[in-house]
Amino acid sequence: MENNNAYKGYRGAALSVLKNFKAPVWSDVDLITPKGTYSGIILPRSEKADDLHIVLKMPIGYNIGILAEAVTDIKVKGQKEAIYKIPEKAFPVDPNKPNIKLLGTGGTIASRLDYRTGAVIPAFSPGELYGSVPELADYCNLDTEKLYGVFSENMGPEQWIGTAKAIGREIDKGVQGIVIGHGTDVMHHTAAVLSFMVQDSPIPIVMVGSQRSSDRPSSDAALNLIHAVKTAAESDIAETMVCMFGPTSDEYGLLHRGTRVRKMHSSYRSTFRTIGDIPLAKVDRNEITPFSDNYKKRRKDRNVTINPVFEEKVSMVYYYPNMQPDIIDSLIDNGYKGIVIAGTGLGHVNKPVYPALKRAQEKGVAVYMTVQTLWGYVQMYVYDTGRDMMELGVVPLANMLPEVAYVKLGWALGQTHDLDKVKEIMLTPIAGEITEREPSNGYLIFQGGIPEVEEFISKYRK
Amino acid sequence: MLNFIFKPFNEMTDEDYQLVGFKSGLEIHQLLLTEKKLFCRCPAGKYNFEYNAEILRHMRPTLSELGEYDGTALMEFKTKKDIVYRINRESVCTYEMDDTPPFLINEQALDIALETAMLFNSNIVDELHIARKQYLDGSIPTGFQRTAIFSLNGEIPYKDRKISIIQQSIEEDSCREVSDIGHTRIYITDRLGMPLIETVTGPDMKTPREVAEVARICARVVRSTNKVRRGMGAAREDVNVSVEGGTRVEIKGVPKISTIPLLTYNEAKRQWNLLRLREELKDRGITPETFKAESADVTTLLKRPHYLPLKTAIYDGQRVMCVNLHGFKDLLHWETQTDTYFSKEISDRVRVIACLTTLPNIVHSDSKSDTLTSAEWALIKKHMNANESDTLVLVWGSEMDTDTAVKEITIRAKEATIGIPSETRQALDDGTNGFERILPGADRMYPDTDLPPKQITAERLEKIKKQLPEPIWERENWYRELKIPPDTIEELSIHPLAAVFKEAVEKMKIDPVLAAVVTIQWTKKLKKAGYDISLITDYMMREIFECYSSGIISREGIYLALKKSVELGKFYAELLPKPLTRSELKSIIKREKAYLNDMPLYDKSNYNKLLTGRVMDAVRGRIEFEKISQILDEHDKEAKNGK
Ligand SMILES: [Zn+2]
Repeated sequence: MENNNAYKGYRGAALSVLKNFKAPVWSDVDLITPKGTYSGIILPRSEKADDLHIVLKMPIGYNIGILAEAVTDIKVKGQKEAIYKIPEKAFPVDPNKPNIKLLGTGGTIASRLDYRTGAVIPAFSPGELYGSVPELADYCNLDTEKLYGVFSENMGPEQWIGTAKAIGREIDKGVQGIVIGHGTDVMHHTAAVLSFMVQDSPIPIVMVGSQRSSDRPSSDAALNLIHAVKTAAESDIAETMVCMFGPTSDEYGLLHRGTRVRKMHSSYRSTFRTIGDIPLAKVDRNEITPFSDNYKKRRKDRNVTINPVFEEKVSMVYYYPNMQPDIIDSLIDNGYKGIVIAGTGLGHVNKPVYPALKRAQEKGVAVYMTVQTLWGYVQMYVYDTGRDMMELGVVPLANMLPEVAYVKLGWALGQTHDLDKVKEIMLTPIAGEITEREPSNGYLIFQGGIPEVEEFISKYRK
Repeated sequence: MLNFIFKPFNEMTDEDYQLVGFKSGLEIHQLLLTEKKLFCRCPAGKYNFEYNAEILRHMRPTLSELGEYDGTALMEFKTKKDIVYRINRESVCTYEMDDTPPFLINEQALDIALETAMLFNSNIVDELHIARKQYLDGSIPTGFQRTAIFSLNGEIPYKDRKISIIQQSIEEDSCREVSDIGHTRIYITDRLGMPLIETVTGPDMKTPREVAEVARICARVVRSTNKVRRGMGAAREDVNVSVEGGTRVEIKGVPKISTIPLLTYNEAKRQWNLLRLREELKDRGITPETFKAESADVTTLLKRPHYLPLKTAIYDGQRVMCVNLHGFKDLLHWETQTDTYFSKEISDRVRVIACLTTLPNIVHSDSKSDTLTSAEWALIKKHMNANESDTLVLVWGSEMDTDTAVKEITIRAKEATIGIPSETRQALDDGTNGFERILPGADRMYPDTDLPPKQITAERLEKIKKQLPEPIWERENWYRELKIPPDTIEELSIHPLAAVFKEAVEKMKIDPVLAAVVTIQWTKKLKKAGYDISLITDYMMREIFECYSSGIISREGIYLALKKSVELGKFYAELLPKPLTRSELKSIIKREKAYLNDMPLYDKSNYNKLLTGRVMDAVRGRIEFEKISQILDEHDKEAKNGK
């Protein structure tokens, strides 16, 4: 693996041709083939791409791939590597504006683009952020701290605990609001776990990310960040929230309670939805409009409870017809302390699984039931099967979302292995993860095609 | 050299264009005839202005290499437009709305593109890399167009030289603009995402007429594949024009090739006259270094203007700003294009960049028309400390927009001292052009990280090559040798049945003129009669020609065969009337004679005509006319001989 970076990404045939003609990446070259001569800059190659082609950036800005084996000569005219930097402009300080802390966990909320490779360079320091989203200075004085640099899906207990502790520190220091930059894939897991680890925060804790990366002109990143910063700076909702696009249009963001929010579309901008309730508020550049009075208010004090613990041996099982008991058995055998089941309908699994559930009960494994329908309550006393399961120690979790139940169980088991205590923690709502009632507008999935829905869609921007 | 004054369009000679150093190149956009779009599986070609939903977006410039916004980006950001997309769910999915990542490239589209590359004698790239080309005008909801170079360094023969085909790219089409008023621009998305190819020629054309001719040739080359879309908007040209000492300026979206000569003439004239304007400014001592302009709010000076636009503006509580361009006296009335003046360059910028879209959006003291009274001008002049050699420009609107407008007026005036700004311009109906946007740099291109590179294999190219039509110039030379009527040659060379025509002539030894008439005229005749001639396949046509050449059907029978084939969707030789035998014909003649003999004919001189007609009707398509008259003659003779 000699001088890996000089021929970044190249392997096999392409690598040996480049080495042969002493043309490392970023060389400005004339590349000669029997078909003709191509001029441009040799770009690094994606590691996932084949080992047959050399990538050339032509002066007109386009890239092409040239079959390496056809290359008869490469004339190196120079080197044109440029180090891309985000322009920094000192973030203005205004003593009359609230101090906001932005904690970074890895998702890029602002970034710049390396035009030649398409690589996204995250913008994160206050200066960098001011350089790319100057509007932020209209709302606050901004300070930033990069906690982690992981992809969303790599967020886990270690990062959750670290983030919760960082939040505690910042509240102690006196910031008026916290924004957490996060990848969107598991943002709702983190939002839920922080709702449990950080209790009674006196200030807003706002999680934000982007569905379209910020290097593209149509990105939702800048507007999401503006909404989040405005919320952290000005809103009186002192809860852990997710702040993402309401509609796909650039119109407003929604503030979702951390325990009731879920990513519902793999790519849409308006992917985050509050499930089984309505969002806390809507936010645009100019105002924050709460939808009800049902939220914890901002306080002047600095009293917050940070409880950063997590038991990693917790799993979630998504039930399907014909599930065999060995799925549960293997979790028991592997030492799992807690299992959350996403059951069908009102919270069911089939009879063949029962012996495994019985075994779990005997081995002291905490088993909880949620619904894979996402909306609605687990109601295990309605049918015999439900009652049977409750006798096997399976505890229904009302309308707690499966992912929320998973992180809460990890958090509860992190505090105690006494199953009665765990049960008490699980069933006592802390941050709206269980609600007593589902309002009738808490379940709304409009069905396209129905005339009145179509009329609505044509009237209001999506 | 700048002493040359552009003559009227019709009087310009090739030598005149040579003198001003006219140079022009083309970017030809051609929609491909595919079932689906390029990066999603929506149907292509469902044009519809109706819509069921709207989406609102803003385009935010991303930073370029130097940490500055790139020229176009800066301009578009200044405009701060609300971009509204109208969506019809039949033709648009969540991909076009930038809510779903792209699907893999449409293979059918890529095949067609590669076929055109072969026809242009271009080098096809070994590996396709999809790029994103930034567009901040909102014409694509992502803010960029996905595009990829698939061929380089082609050429076509033209006159006694070659026109170079620099490159070709395959890309997704953009939205169609519905309106652009104030701070709102509306787009319809039906065309968005449809596959098209862009073919870029070298700046090799030396007169406006050459530009149009080459455009026509290029258009016909791609059409010869018969796999491209036809009709309004399916082919659009961008034309680059420059003159000696000028700047490469791009005129966008020319819908008709016939308008190219006048458009390119006017652009050359504009550049030439702007260069002359720079000389004039220099003579007056105005250079980029000495250029001076000031602005001031003059709203309160205009209490009751009688000039309606200003009156309305002041009534609406808007602001009137004045810009004093030092030493510019009379220069806003400097002619740039035919009946178009330098003031238009300024007004265009104010319209596009400051979003002051209601025209007129400026008035100036060089204006010969009735705007402000001389008393009003005098008042403003005094306020601005302007002297006799200065020009004053007024602009009105909201505070934000007039701020932008004042800056733009100053920028554009200063640019006159530098030369010709790099811009893209839009073609106008009267043959002139107007400002569209600042020309973007290469910095707006960057790799699309959503899609992997795609190898173009030798097998794939081999397969395409096998069904490649011959180049149209080769076909046309051959047609000329065959003595095909000149007015059909161009049409035949790009005709869907051109390959069958060749077989008919070469293999089946059918008379070329007949084969051409069948291919061009008879199919047209069928179309006129309401038949869908796109149903005529190569196979069908080949069968028909073969039947003719082996005597199964007559010359007249070909038309009947075509008609029947279209009706049935397939060619059935057995459904066609068999050629007549001599004895059959004789008995028919006998029958028709007997019929006529029974008729009370007043004018016996018509007898032969009537007989021929009736016999023809009875045997239509089964025998050639000459043979009928020949046999009728024989019949006559036999009758006369008393048989
Ligand atoms: Zn689509």
